[in-house]
Amino acid sequence: MERKLRDGAIPTSEITPYSSYLSRRDFLKAAGIVSASAFLAACGMNSSAGPSAGIGGPTSEPIRGSGTPTPSAPVPDNAQGLLTDELGNPLNTLDQITHYNNYYEFSTAKDAVASLSQDLKTSPWSVQVGGLVQNPKTYGIEDLLKFQQIERIYRLRCVEAWSMVIPWTGFELADLLQDVQPMASARYVRFVTLADKSQMPGESDPTYPWPYDEGLRLDEAMHRLTIIATGMYGQSLPNQDGAPLRLVVPWKYGFKSIKAIVKIELTEKQPETFWNNISAREYGFYSNVNPNVDHPRWSQATERRIGELGRRQTLMFNGYYDEVASLYTGLDLRANY
Amino acid sequence: MKKNRPIPWLRVAVHIIGWLPLALLIVYFFTNTLTVNPIQDIEQRLGRIALYFLVATLAVTPIYTVSGWGAVLPRRRALGLYTFFYAGLHILVFLGLDYAFNFPQIIPLLFGKIHLLAGVLAFSLLLPLAVTSFDYFIRRMGRNWKRLHWLIYPSGLVVILHYAWSLKGNLFTLQGNIIQPLIWGLVILVLLILRLSPLRRWISSARRKVCGLH
Repeated sequence: MERKLRDGAIPTSEITPYSSYLSRRDFLKAAGIVSASAFLAACGMNSSAGPSAGIGGPTSEPIRGSGTPTPSAPVPDNAQGLLTDELGNPLNTLDQITHYNNYYEFSTAKDAVASLSQDLKTSPWSVQVGGLVQNPKTYGIEDLLKFQQIERIYRLRCVEAWSMVIPWTGFELADLLQDVQPMASARYVRFVTLADKSQMPGESDPTYPWPYDEGLRLDEAMHRLTIIATGMYGQSLPNQDGAPLRLVVPWKYGFKSIKAIVKIELTEKQPETFWNNISAREYGFYSNVNPNVDHPRWSQATERRIGELGRRQTLMFNGYYDEVASLYTGLDLRANY
Repeated sequence: MKKNRPIPWLRVAVHIIGWLPLALLIVYFFTNTLTVNPIQDIEQRLGRIALYFLVATLAVTPIYTVSGWGAVLPRRRALGLYTFFYAGLHILVFLGLDYAFNFPQIIPLLFGKIHLLAGVLAFSLLLPLAVTSFDYFIRRMGRNWKRLHWLIYPSGLVVILHYAWSLKGNLFTLQGNIIQPLIWGLVILVLLILRLSPLRRWISSARRKVCGLH
């Protein structure tokens, strides 16, 4: 069953640099060093640096191991770009990731979300998983720990043409979906954010169709790159980044990666989604990162990596082409933006 | 002995207000309060500042119409030039900081993206106004000067479209991030309506009656 659901979704190469062999303390320590190198990058001193760290790049280590971190690999010696994604891009700093948030439930000002979200009550929290499944369940946050915990360094590309590199922790969404056993009729997955005006002041703004909801095709949701993040930088997920759990789909524009999820529902019909409801012509259901298909009002050809001065070329599927292109064989990506 | 001239308070105030936003922006820059994406923040702040000065410029005549306070009228020119100054900085940051003067990349953007096209149009309408804002042109152009400077109204409305289209909202269905451009658009419309001659005459005469003048 598991193999069948995952068929065609398994990338041929290993795209994630596993920092999981680092202990949590080493991970944080390394991350601190990376902050320094990101700062250098911000000063334009590191802009042409290629993959410099030992842990970047494809690795043959299987993604689903025994569950215990393998402690053998030494921490690479060079301080610059110690932790990078598989393309050699250094991580963004914790400060950057936690003070530049598009989270309209709290504020449309990206630098205001951090403080406004501090009082969000993320415990207790439960996620209802239902719809077209054999085994509907409500999970508490602690129940989610039973899924294989992973660390993934992903690029996040916002539809507004800025990007970051973020070290997430969490689990593969496929694990959760297999736990509830999708019915044969299930074709899509719908996600819903918490609706609570008293905690999320932005939800009082009547010009938005609250609550925030998002959707994926089932095969996209089952893809191994699609994860539910419950942590970041080795610590629990900060409120402003979507605590206590959020979706991360690294080859799609950031708004697809819905935050503070309370409901996951398998459906037969393509679910309605928040930004698509606001402006269907601008925010399609797929919203795959694609430098060749512009947003009707602005270009998607380039992006600014937070911390850098210049603009970068945006990569097809945000650089995950080899892993996800097969999901869209025969699909007109211009019509299905 | 020289006669002491009264300090032109209003004039001084306008110039302080004119330079304050730039001074604040510089302070914010060096205190790292411009988010972790400072280029975009500077760009957007400069655009908003230019809009505020544009609205202030448009408000001068209606303020006079309603209040009869004649001292505001000579201040309009400085406000208009500050509008142009901040709009120019806004564009310079876009061209230089944001796109590193990469014109092969910029040109297709300017003409291919509607919000940028609106911005270019709004600035092109402001340009001749700034150039002809000196006494020399006011004297030379006579009635045509007034006709030309009427362009500030279409410029204001196009700026609102530029603003609304750069945000993630839909101005026509009133959904998404549209509150700010909507409010400023309404303010400009009200200021525009207050300038219509019949209404202006009616307000002036009503004011004179109330104040017991003439």
